[in-house]
Amino acid sequence: MPDRNDLSEVPRPVAAGVARPGAGAPAPSGGIGAGQPAVEFRDIDIAYGKFVAVRDFSLSIAKGSFVTLLGPSGCGKTTILRSIAGLVDISGGQIMIDGRRVDDVPIYKRNIGLVFQSYALFPHKNVFDNVAFGLKYRNVPKPEIVRKVGQALEMVRLPGSEKKLPSQLSGGQQQRIALARAIVFEPQVLLLDEPLSALDANMREEMRVEIKKIQKETGITAIFVTHDQEEALSMSDRIVVMNAGAVEQIGTPQEVYETPATAFVADFLGKANMLAGTVSRSGQAMAVVLATGQTVEVACPRPLAQGSKVTVVLRPQKLSVGAAASANRLSGRVVSASYLGGSAIYEIDIGGKTSIRANAPITGRVLREGETIDVGFDPEGCVLLDEDGQRIS
Amino acid sequence: MRRRWTLYDPRLAWLLVAPVLLLLIFFLVLPIAVMAAYTFFTFVTAGVETSALTTANWHEFLTDSYYAGFLLKTLRVGAITALLCGVLGYFPAYFIWATTFKHKWLLLLLLIVPFWISFTIRTFSWINILGEQGVINVALLKLGIISEPLPMLYNEGAVILGMLHFLLPYMILNVYVSLEGIDRTLISAARSMGCTSAQAFREVTLPLSLPGLAAGLLLCFVLAAGSYVTPQLLGSGRDALFGNLIYDTIMGELNWPMGATLSIVLFLVLGFFAAIYTRFMGMSQIVKGLGG
Repeated sequence: MPDRNDLSEVPRPVAAGVARPGAGAPAPSGGIGAGQPAVEFRDIDIAYGKFVAVRDFSLSIAKGSFVTLLGPSGCGKTTILRSIAGLVDISGGQIMIDGRRVDDVPIYKRNIGLVFQSYALFPHKNVFDNVAFGLKYRNVPKPEIVRKVGQALEMVRLPGSEKKLPSQLSGGQQQRIALARAIVFEPQVLLLDEPLSALDANMREEMRVEIKKIQKETGITAIFVTHDQEEALSMSDRIVVMNAGAVEQIGTPQEVYETPATAFVADFLGKANMLAGTVSRSGQAMAVVLATGQTVEVACPRPLAQGSKVTVVLRPQKLSVGAAASANRLSGRVVSASYLGGSAIYEIDIGGKTSIRANAPITGRVLREGETIDVGFDPEGCVLLDEDGQRIS
Repeated sequence: MRRRWTLYDPRLAWLLVAPVLLLLIFFLVLPIAVMAAYTFFTFVTAGVETSALTTANWHEFLTDSYYAGFLLKTLRVGAITALLCGVLGYFPAYFIWATTFKHKWLLLLLLIVPFWISFTIRTFSWINILGEQGVINVALLKLGIISEPLPMLYNEGAVILGMLHFLLPYMILNVYVSLEGIDRTLISAARSMGCTSAQAFREVTLPLSLPGLAAGLLLCFVLAAGSYVTPQLLGSGRDALFGNLIYDTIMGELNWPMGATLSIVLFLVLGFFAAIYTRFMGMSQIVKGLGG
């Protein structure tokens, strides 16, 4: 896997490709997306003393879209989010909101809605005063405030809770109030900092749908930070995968999942199988000798020289097992099997101290530990990485 | 049938608190009860009293405006001291909380350092600062700014100053602890919704630190109104507080029944304020402040 220094040079072309407004992104609702991006980062650096949290970060976010910053903790995603709000100072580059440079605009003059992981509701104020807070500081007349707060509470499905204190609400309800509070004054951008992490699993799923629905209804531009790939894949128009302060890949959920640009992305999103090998036959249908000894055929976007080292990236869902395994058939032994109802996940030992994971639909019975199993994949169903862990395209 | 003892046996709990309970009963409840009984004894002459029950002491206290005046003055001085502590103590507490200085513990340690020197000696030190031969007067005289020493000692101001000196750490610690309990993302949230720093302080930090401030005020008020050493050393006869009155009645006039009556009065009045505070704030805040 490439280290951090290598990466600092990599993101440039990636970011530039994405900087074209709307490229690859679904049409934003409301049709106002054309032209100016809602938020634009130009070569942002953020450092705390000597520690560089973010380097050379460039990204342009179309109006009305839902963009997720995804990465492990400490990758700089929250730092970037906070820099938009003005809670963190950037040490280089520019941040533009609706075409206006905001680096020197103090926090309270940036028109931004923030939702925190810890909810951050004011414990000494009731729901009404919490939600009305942003409106009060925008000099909205009182009757208008009452109307808008009512509407916002309606939107998060907690109407009539105005008089309650945050401590009287459940975690999910508190987060919904926090969401209402962040959108009620119609901010230019909505920032969500791991808003689901403090909730339990059931509530998380429900809130996921709710947040997405509200974002669509209001047409607000949303930037979402998470380390949870499922959240990222299910909610986003586009995902920015980050690692160690730099961008690894930017794309739609499908692009990022199916064609990971780097070894890091392949591993972080969905724990892909990664098999090292050497090109033994060049050409359209290229052959690769795996480190485990088997030879497989893979489709390569461009011809590679014989002897090149490559890594074959295989999603567990792209593997077929048993009789269904037609092409690139490898035989192995089941190490473990987990029954998931519709499908089963097999951990298969294919020799050479290598095991691969397959997630296959169940036909017949679920195999048990120790049984022999065939596993195969389509030559088109994999992604190839070069020696530096970059996708070959 | 006898039950076997277990580690979390409730009987064991009683055994563990027994020493403290006994201490409290013998050294707190009983003495106060004895004092309360004394208030109904008859004063004969200096040092002599009989156990013939009478309400004369209470009658004297309630009818002689001399006592009421003393009590009001004590409460006034206590309130002024507590308020000054609040105003002067909030800023250092806020500073210690807000600073990005790496060694915060050092600042907190500085608050504790005064306690390493005897309270009486600390009070005496003001005589060397404020007295006619004190640092300030001597310096000003030498510089020719004044021609005769300023009367800075033995007045109410000196008494309040002495008590401030003694009580400020209590206030600062109380406020600091309640500030430390504030979730800082609340301030970020307020700022992101359009508050300047000052407005965020007014909306979030100040109201959420009020319990600590209130605890500090109560503590300072009770300690100031019950003080005896500071007015004795830094005040003149006119600046004596209720504590000094009790001392005089018992040690000077040797009138134990009246002294007991006055003690119980002070006990009840200060207890009343503590009760009001507990009713609205709860005692936990003070405990937190003392432990912080």
